[in-house]
Amino acid sequence: MKKKGLIIALVALIAVAAILIFVLPKKGAETPATSTEQVPATGKVVNVYNWYDYMDEEVFDLFEQETGIHVNRMYFTTNEDMMVQVRVSPGAYDLVFPSDYCVERMIRENMLAEINFDNVPNFSNISKDLVNPDYDPENKYSVPFMWGTVGILYNTKLVSDPVDSWGILWNEKYADNIFMLDSIRDTMGVTLKYLGYSMNTREVPELKAATDKLIEQKPMVKAYYVDETKDKMVAGEAALAVVYSGDALYAMEKNEDLAYAVPKEGSNVWIDPMVIPATAKNKENAEKLINFLCRPDIAKKNCEYIWYSSPNAAAIELMGEDYTENTTINPSPDVIQRCEFFHDIPDDKLTIYNSFWGQVKNAK
Amino acid sequence: MTDFQVPVWGYWVMGAGLAAFLTLVGMYVKKNRGFKRPLFASPYVLWLALFTVIPCLLVAYFSFTDPAGNFTLDNFKNFWDSNYNARKAIDPKELESYLAMGLSLEDLGLARNAINIDTLVFSLWMAFLCTAICLLLGYPAAHIMADREFKLGPTLVILFIVPMWMNFLLRTIAMMSLLEDNGLINNVLEMMGVGRQKLLNNLAAVQLGMVYNFLPFMVFPIYNVLNKMDYKLSEAAMDLGCDKWHTFYKVTLPLSVPGVVSGITMVFMPAVTTFYISRLLGGGKVQLFGDLIEAKFLSTSLNEWNVGSALSLIMMILILASLGLLRKADPEGEGGGIV
Repeated sequence: MKKKGLIIALVALIAVAAILIFVLPKKGAETPATSTEQVPATGKVVNVYNWYDYMDEEVFDLFEQETGIHVNRMYFTTNEDMMVQVRVSPGAYDLVFPSDYCVERMIRENMLAEINFDNVPNFSNISKDLVNPDYDPENKYSVPFMWGTVGILYNTKLVSDPVDSWGILWNEKYADNIFMLDSIRDTMGVTLKYLGYSMNTREVPELKAATDKLIEQKPMVKAYYVDETKDKMVAGEAALAVVYSGDALYAMEKNEDLAYAVPKEGSNVWIDPMVIPATAKNKENAEKLINFLCRPDIAKKNCEYIWYSSPNAAAIELMGEDYTENTTINPSPDVIQRCEFFHDIPDDKLTIYNSFWGQVKNAK
Repeated sequence: MTDFQVPVWGYWVMGAGLAAFLTLVGMYVKKNRGFKRPLFASPYVLWLALFTVIPCLLVAYFSFTDPAGNFTLDNFKNFWDSNYNARKAIDPKELESYLAMGLSLEDLGLARNAINIDTLVFSLWMAFLCTAICLLLGYPAAHIMADREFKLGPTLVILFIVPMWMNFLLRTIAMMSLLEDNGLINNVLEMMGVGRQKLLNNLAAVQLGMVYNFLPFMVFPIYNVLNKMDYKLSEAAMDLGCDKWHTFYKVTLPLSVPGVVSGITMVFMPAVTTFYISRLLGGGKVQLFGDLIEAKFLSTSLNEWNVGSALSLIMMILILASLGLLRKADPEGEGGGIV
C-alpha cells in the first residue's frame, strides 16, 4: 500500500521534471515570435509593427509584388504598448513606427539597430531639415515617415476672435466649448509654451505654474479627449480643440467651418520615424521596405492616404500645389522655428509630471 | 524598464506545488479505483491557479517592491500621499535650492496630497449611489416580471437580456452620441421647446451609464429568487387575512433577501471598480479609482506599475471585506450563490 503511494509520487515527480525541462526557457534561447499570421517569421518576410490606419495598405501589396517579400502586419495603439511588446518578444518585429521621443529612449536603452544606409539610397529624398533630428542627432537609427504639429482646431462659426495664441483656451467666452487633449505631455506642453517655458522643462516651479493654469481652466473645459476630438469637432460639439495637425486635416476635410492654427507662442513639432529593433531577424528586408517607402511615388501615395506632412521632398514636388498651398500640412518655416521637439523625460522626472497631471485630473 | 524575472527558487516552488498536486490526483484515482469527480475538477483548479491565484500573487509582489525588485512600502505611502514618489524623485539639492528661494512645499505643489484616498472615497460613494438606484429600480422590475398574473413578464425578461448581447463599451459609446449637445435626446428636447440641456460630460452622465450597465445584475438575482418562491405562501398569507402590502412585507420581502444580497454584490463590485465608462461619459473630467489604476498601468514610467499594484491590492482587500460581510446575510447562497 505504502509502496504504491511512493511509486505514484515518484512518477508524478518525474512527470513534473519533464514538464519543467520542457517549459523552462533555456539560457540564450529566443522567445518565439508572436505573429498573427501563418507565414513564418523569417525568410522572405518582414514583420511590420505600425499604428492602426497609418499606411496605405496597397503600398504593402506593391512591395510584395515587386520584391516577393511578404509583409506581416501587426498594429499597436500607444507608444507604451509598442515599447512593452518590442521588449517582451525579441525578434518579432523588423520595422517599427514609434514617436520621436520614444526613439530617443529606445536608442538610450540599446533597443535599436543601426540602419545600413547603403541599402536605403532613397534616403536622399528626405528634406534636409529633418535629417539629424534632436532624437537621433547623427541619424544612425531612424528615417522620418511622417511629421506634423500640435495646434488649435477651431470652428470659424463659433469663434470670432483671432486664434493666434494659446491664451484663447483660457478665454471665459468659450467656457464649456473647449476640448483638451487627455495626454500628459501634450497638454502640459502647450500650457508651458503659453507661459513662455520650454515643453521639455524639468523645473518644478514651471511645472507647478502650468498645473495651476490647467486647474484654473478645468471648469471651462468641455472634455478631455484624444481620439474622439476630431469627430466631435466635425459634429460641431465645441468651438476650440487642441489637436495634432493630422487630426485637424481629417476634420477640416469633413467640415468646411473648421480651421487650424499653430499659436504664436510656439508648439510641438513631431516626427514619426521608422526604426529597426536591435533584435530584428530580417534587417535587410526591413531596410528594403524603408527604401521602398522613401521612393517618391510611394511616399506620395502614403501621404495622400494618411494626409499628414511628408518628410519626402521629392514626393512633395510630385504632389505640387495641393500640398504646398495647404498651410496646415505645409506650415511656413517661421512657424516651425517657434516649435519644439519633445524630448524623452527620464522616469524620475516623469513621476513629477504624473503627480501634477493627477492633480489636474482630480480637480473638481 | 526592468524585465520581471521569476527567481530560480520560484521554479522549484512551482514544481513542488505541481508535484504535490499530481500526487494528490494520483492518490484520489487510487483510492476511488478510477476517475471520480476530483479528477474532473483538476482542469478548473489548474485554470484558477493560472489565471486567478498567480496573477493575484503577482499584484501583491509588485505592490511590495520597487521597479528593481527590492522590498519597499513606498507604494502604500504613495497611496496615503500621492506626492510621496514625486518628492522622492526630486534631486535633494534641487529641492533645497527651491526652499532657499523661499518657496514652500505647497508653492511647489509637492505638499501632501490625498488624491488617491479622495478618489477611493468618491468611487465608493458613486458605487453606493449606483447600487441604491439599481435596487430601487430593479426590485420593482423583478417583482413585476415574476408576477404570474402579468402576461408580459417573460417578454420583459428577454428585453432585459437583449442589450447584454452587445458589448458594454459599444452601448456606452452609443449613449455618448445620444446624450451629446447635438445628440438625439437634445434634438427632441429642442423640438419639444424644452431647450438643450447639458447631458454629457458630468457626474450625472457617469452615474446614468453605471446604472444602465449594471441594472441587469440587480434585476436577475432578485427575479430568480422571486420566481422560484412558493406562490402558495403568499396565498396562505392572503387567506389568513393579510392585505397585499402585508403579504409583501411579511412574506415576499424576507424570502427575497438572498436575491437582494446577491444583486447588491453583483452591482457594487463592478461599480466600485468602474473605469472607462467614467472617461467616456464624464469627458475625462470625472476620475474614479479604476481610472486612477488604469492611468498608473498605462504610464511609461515603470515606478507607476508598482503604485498601481498597491492601489489594486487595497481595492481587492476592500472588496473581499465587503464580500465577507455580505456572506453573513446569505449563508446558503440562495441568491445565485455569487457571494
